[in-house]
Parts: sequence; structure tokens; C-alpha cells
Amino acid sequence: MTQPASAARKDAPTSAATPDTGRKGTRRPALVRWDVRSLSLLGVLVALVVVGGVTQPDSFLATSNLQLVLTQASVIGVVTVGMTFVITSGGIDLSVGAIVALASVWATTVATQEFGFAGILFTAVLVGVGCGLVNGLLIAYGGMVPFIATLAMLASARGLALQITDGRTQMVTVTEVLDLGVKDAYVLGVPPLVLVFAAVTVVGWLLLNRTTFGRRTVAVGGNAEAARLAGIDVRRQRLYLYLLSGLCCGIAAFLLIVLAGSGQNTNGNLYELDAIAAAIIGGTLLSGGRGTIVGSVLGVLIFTTITNIFALNNLETAVQQIAKGAIIVAAVLVQRRTLRGGDA
Amino acid sequence: MASRPPLLTMNRITKSFPGVRALDGVDLEVHAGEVHCLLGQNGAGKSTLIKVLAGAHRPDDGEITWAGEPVSLSSPIAAMRLGIATIYQELDLVGGLSVAENVFLGNEPTSAGFVVRGGRARAAAGRLLERLGHPEIDPARLVGELSAAQQQIVSMARALSHEVRLIVMDEPSAALDPDEVDNLFRIVGELTADGVAVVYISHRLEEIRRIGDRVTVLKDGRSVAGGLPADTTPTRDIVSLMTGRTVEHVFPDRPPGAAAARDPVLRVEGLTRDGEFAPLDLELRLVETVGLAGLLGSGRSEILETVYGARRPDAGRVLVDGVPLRPGSVRAAVRAGIGLAPEERKAQALLMLESVGGNVSVSTLSRYSRAGWLDRRAERAAAHRAVRELSLRPDDPDAAIRTLSGGNQQKVVLARWLLRGCKLLLLDEPTRGVDIGARAELYAVIRRLADEGLAVLLVSSEVPEVLGLADRVLVLREGSVVHTAPARELDEHRVLDLVMEGNPTP
Repeated sequence: MTQPASAARKDAPTSAATPDTGRKGTRRPALVRWDVRSLSLLGVLVALVVVGGVTQPDSFLATSNLQLVLTQASVIGVVTVGMTFVITSGGIDLSVGAIVALASVWATTVATQEFGFAGILFTAVLVGVGCGLVNGLLIAYGGMVPFIATLAMLASARGLALQITDGRTQMVTVTEVLDLGVKDAYVLGVPPLVLVFAAVTVVGWLLLNRTTFGRRTVAVGGNAEAARLAGIDVRRQRLYLYLLSGLCCGIAAFLLIVLAGSGQNTNGNLYELDAIAAAIIGGTLLSGGRGTIVGSVLGVLIFTTITNIFALNNLETAVQQIAKGAIIVAAVLVQRRTLRGGDA
Repeated sequence: MASRPPLLTMNRITKSFPGVRALDGVDLEVHAGEVHCLLGQNGAGKSTLIKVLAGAHRPDDGEITWAGEPVSLSSPIAAMRLGIATIYQELDLVGGLSVAENVFLGNEPTSAGFVVRGGRARAAAGRLLERLGHPEIDPARLVGELSAAQQQIVSMARALSHEVRLIVMDEPSAALDPDEVDNLFRIVGELTADGVAVVYISHRLEEIRRIGDRVTVLKDGRSVAGGLPADTTPTRDIVSLMTGRTVEHVFPDRPPGAAAARDPVLRVEGLTRDGEFAPLDLELRLVETVGLAGLLGSGRSEILETVYGARRPDAGRVLVDGVPLRPGSVRAAVRAGIGLAPEERKAQALLMLESVGGNVSVSTLSRYSRAGWLDRRAERAAAHRAVRELSLRPDDPDAAIRTLSGGNQQKVVLARWLLRGCKLLLLDEPTRGVDIGARAELYAVIRRLADEGLAVLLVSSEVPEVLGLADRVLVLREGSVVHTAPARELDEHRVLDLVMEGNPTP
């Protein structure tokens, strides 16, 4: 009966004693901490490149094909960076594809094109941010569930895009915009679109890993109630996150305009699913609290490479969809195992 | 009764969770047809024991026999098959389903094995509710629309929908009016007359006197007395058994009156929330520790959270250094220098996927950043200093928070506010889920923080903790302060009398 008390007595003095003064050497922070998951994704990507190189040695490894793969990855990649932030915060943005469509058609109307390059870029970004603002206000201050609010935005933005175009393809006539897509604009062989993607990735990585904004995003996603009680303005953080996702959609819409030379209301179809899938297989937790930009980008590259290899080998899109599905399942199973291993 | 073997015997049951030994050798013997009361302070192991009985936790060691046969309660279904039913304190009903659907959840009357016979379920639920004295509850209504007391009845109907031989009731009277308590006792009487055994948990001694047959007392995960007669054992003996801990050694001494000369940091004026707590006035000085003692549901946590701005008051205000805070704003409270260590540490305070350092600095991020850009070295160094200050083990800011014991996790929460430099610390059940041994260390930390100039407002259902740490104690019962006194003028028995019975007995 007296045991707890005596144990307590024995412990009490230790707490009063000054803790050790020997300062541990500050651990050197690695620039990018390559965890097991990112490495395994990199392995999958390398394996895919090998498969592509073996099956179609001439066409797959050609510079022009690699440029194409990276260009195609750029549009969805920029969207995925924004999506990664939203998912890390425990939210979801189903409206990204619709916002890309709306931004791309609004930026390519005859009226907008009169303002030239700046008019198109500005409009695309503004429409994206505007849609993100509506999403953010509904979710953060209107108390709506992200799934519902962004589903509503998906429907309305697609509808509005259709209304603007009346189903027609809007060709771009501003030559400065079209010039960005041609070979002459490549910087050391790298298409400008890919440079934009790279820049968004770097900025996204820094934002998530090196700023208070990123830390708060993780905190809100990990435990919103704890974040609130720790004095974080959770609602404002949520608003900013959907704004950020909208901004990424606006940038992606501009890239798509350059790539396609036109704006269409069917643009960005099912981008939401591709972006969510890429983020999830990259290692971002759907429940929030953990996110990785590097993983998301690897996820995007894997998906785009698969599409490319299938196309080069003249395989049906049906098979390609099945392969994508299998990869998602495999990645999430691996993720569950690593998580459980970490708990032990 | 004695001629037959007991219905249930539990022998030397132990159960550990990471960092905590919840049960450390519990014996329990329950006979058919008796009301067996389980008594013990919070953290004594009652909830864990119930969960072992219900098959929700598997014990690490010990043996259980049922009607003379050894059994293993390996799952809730196994317990249910034996005829053990549990009515939990937090009701486990599905709000979006009807009364009848809840009663027969997982056990629906069906045709051809899967077509639910809704009509039959409703009729059967109606009969059960009538037997429980509540024919007015419509079996077709959604459970979410019912009052707490009615939900309790539904929960009981669910327990009785099986062939039941032992029924566990965890503080069933906590949410009930006196009339409803009478009805509850009538039901308990009918059940025992039918030979059903009842394990009854309550803090209210007068209830145990009224309906109990025998009493088992738990303390620190052990059964310290079993099979005491419920009606004749003196209250004094029961309370001593519950509290027998020699706490004097655990709490550091403190000279009285240290706070008297200091400035008041917190003033609470007429703060109230309807249905939770009555208008409260309170003044707190630097270096002073004030304790709120009371049972679950006495409004103690609600008061802390309202002071902190996490709940919006219906009336009254909170002033820090004479400046009123914006009501219902956590950010205003944090800016004014208030920090909260909440009751549910994992749900309300910690980022379980993060490192120790990330958890410590989360309220102070802007201090370690310029234009939003984090100076991670400064952040980590500051977090390191803060956890070392509190002798966290290991004092490694990169350690994953989920690998820490309960006591060390609590230190991380304290370090967060220490780093922030707060003036007033609100502690809600600071030692919940913390081992006895680690508690003493936490007490020393709390005391040191107060001595170094913080004001502390402490809530605890462990009376020794309140008495040992606080300079002044407010005793709460059902949302009102029933007594205020310097801690050294109170003792544990008197406080327990006040919180359990409300009327001060000398």
C-alpha cells in the first residue's frame, strides 16, 4: 500500500535537480530528408523509365519525348502542389479541375485577349484565386464541409465555363502566349512550362517546410482543436489554404492555355482525382497532419510517365486506368505499413 | 447466496497501457442477485476494470471465472454471450438511428437472416421501455432527439434486450433528476429480484447506502477492500480506503501568504454559462495557485475553457491585468498571457504526428520567424531550452511525441506555455493518465512554475492534488461554488463530503 508513496518520494528530488548542461550538438538539418517512402517512389519512377527505355528505346528516351512528359506533368503538377497543402490541413478540394476550366476559358475570351499576354495571365490567376476565395469563405467561415463546398464549386464553375464558351473552343491569338510553347522558348532545352512547375514546386516546398504558414497548416491538419487551443487562427489558415489551391489552379490554367493554344470548358477534366491520387501515393495523409511536396511531385511524374509509356506502346487507355488504380492501392498499402511500423 | 459459487470472480487482474499501469491486481467477486458497488477516485482503475468486464480490453494477467468456470473475455461479443451487459457513462448510441434500431443494433430481429423486421423490433423495444417505466419514449423516434436521461433509458433497454445475467452501470445517475433516480433504483431492484447481478458505480455515497449490497474499493489500480457491507460500513472507513495514499510526502511545502503581496493577474466577474456553471467571481494573483475541486459535471472544466475563451460566456467577463478580454476568443486569451493544459491531452493539445519541438513551439512560431520565414535553428534551440527546463526525458526536441509517456507529454504542453512566457496557467486534470511515480515530478514542476511567478488555476477530481498544490480551494457542486477556503484549512474528507453531498459536515 505504501509503495506508490515511497516511489513518489524517491522521484521527487530528481525533478528539482538541474538538468544536464551538456548541450547536444545541433543536428544538421538535411536539405531534403529522403524518407523510405520518397525513396521507394523514386525507385518506382526509375523502374518505369527502365520499362519505357526497354520497350520503346528510340521514342521514349528521345529528348522531345522527355520534354513532352515533363510538360504534361507541369499542369497537373502545379494543381497537385496546391492540393497537397489542402489535404495536409485535413481538407479536400474537389473543384480544382473545374477551376482550371473556368480560368482557362475566362482568360481566352475575345474581350480578355484584347489585353494581350498580361490580360490572359492576370485573368487566369484572378479567376483561380476568386474561386479559391469562395471555397475558403464557405469552408472557414460558413462552416461547410470541404467536400460539399468544393463539390458545389465543381458544379458551378464547370457550368459557368460552359456558359462562357457555349461549348466552343476559344483559340488563342496572342502570339506572345503561343510563343511560350514553341521550341525557341526552351531554356537550355527545358520548356518554360516545366520551369514554372519547378518554381512552384520549390516555393511550395519552402512554404510547407520552412515557414510558419506551413507549420500551421500541418498543425491544423494534425489536430484542429489543439491548434485552436494553442492560439492558432484556424479559420484564417483554412481560408488561405483554399486561396492557395485556387492560385495554383489559376497558374495551371495559364500553362494549359499555352500548351493547348486554346481555352475549353472541358479542360482539367478529372484533375481533382489525379491530384488527390498523386498526393496520396506521394505520402500525404488524407486525414491531414502530414504532407510532402516531394512525394506529390514524384506521384505526378509516375502517373504522367505511365500514361506516356502506355501511349507509346499503343495500349488502350482502359489498361492504363487499371494500372493507375493498382498503383494507388499498392502505395496506400505500403503507406499503412510504414505508419504502423513507426508506431511500434 | 454463499452456498452457490459466485457468478463472477476476477483474480489479480492487471492491465498496462504505454506509460501507465491502469490495473495492478484487482480482485472482484459478484454474486447473482446482488448490487455490487465499485468505489474509487478518478484514475483508480474503475473504467479500465469495466472495460475488461465488457471484453473491450484484454487483461495482461489474472483469471476470470464465470459461474465457477474459467473464461476469457476476449471480445465484446464473448462478454455479451455470457450475459454481461454494460451501460457506459458516455452513452454509446447512434444518434441518427431510431430508438428501436439502437436497442437491437447488431442483434436485429430478421427474416431470412438479413431482412430487418422493423415492426417486430419496434414492438419489442416498446415492451422493454415499458418495463423500464418509460412507455412515453416512441421506439420510432431518433435517439439524437431524446434528452440525456431518455438516452440513458434506451441504453438500458439495449442492455436488457439480451439474455443478461450481469449488468454494469457506470455512474448511471449522473445525468438524472431525483425522480428518474428513483425509477432507476426501482429497475435495479426488479433486476436483482430476478437474479441478475448489478455492478454499480457511483460517486454518491448516499445512493450506495440505498441500493448497494456490498462494496469493493479500488485505489491506484488495486482493490484495497472487497465485499464490505454497503449499508453498515462507516463513511469514514470508505473514504479512508479510497484516499489512503500518503500524499504529504509528494507535495513540496510552501510558505503561506506568499501571494498576498502580489498583483492580481486574473479577475473573473460574474462569468456564467447557462446550464453549465453559475455566475463566478474569482481573483488570482501572481505566484498564487487556486484549485477547483468537484466531480465530473460540476462545471470545473467548463469554467477553465470559458476563461480561456474556448467557450463563449453567456454573461460576465474575464480581465487580465485589469483589461477585459474579448469573450470567446482563444487568441485574445493567449495574447494576454493565458495558457491552457486541457483535460484531453491527445485530443485537445498535442499534434501526435509531430516532434516534441514542433509541439512546444506551435504557439510561439511567429517569434522564431521573420516575414513568415522560420528560423528553425532558433526555434529548435528554444524548444530544447524549454523542455530541459522541465527535465523532460529524453530532452530531445526531435523525439516523436507519441513515444513519450503521459507525464512527459504533459510536460511538453507546459513547455509550450513556458516558452510563450505566459502569466496564467490553466491546468485541467494535469495528471490524468500519468503514473503515480511521475506525478510527484509533475507536481514539483507545477509548484516551481508558481513559485517563479506564474498564477495557476487548477482543476482536478483528485482531491489530494488540489489540496497539495493550491493555496486556495473552491469547491464546486453542480456548477456553483459551495465552499471557498485556504487549502490548509481543508482536508480530503471534508472536501469529499462537500463535493459528494453538498452540505458541509463538520
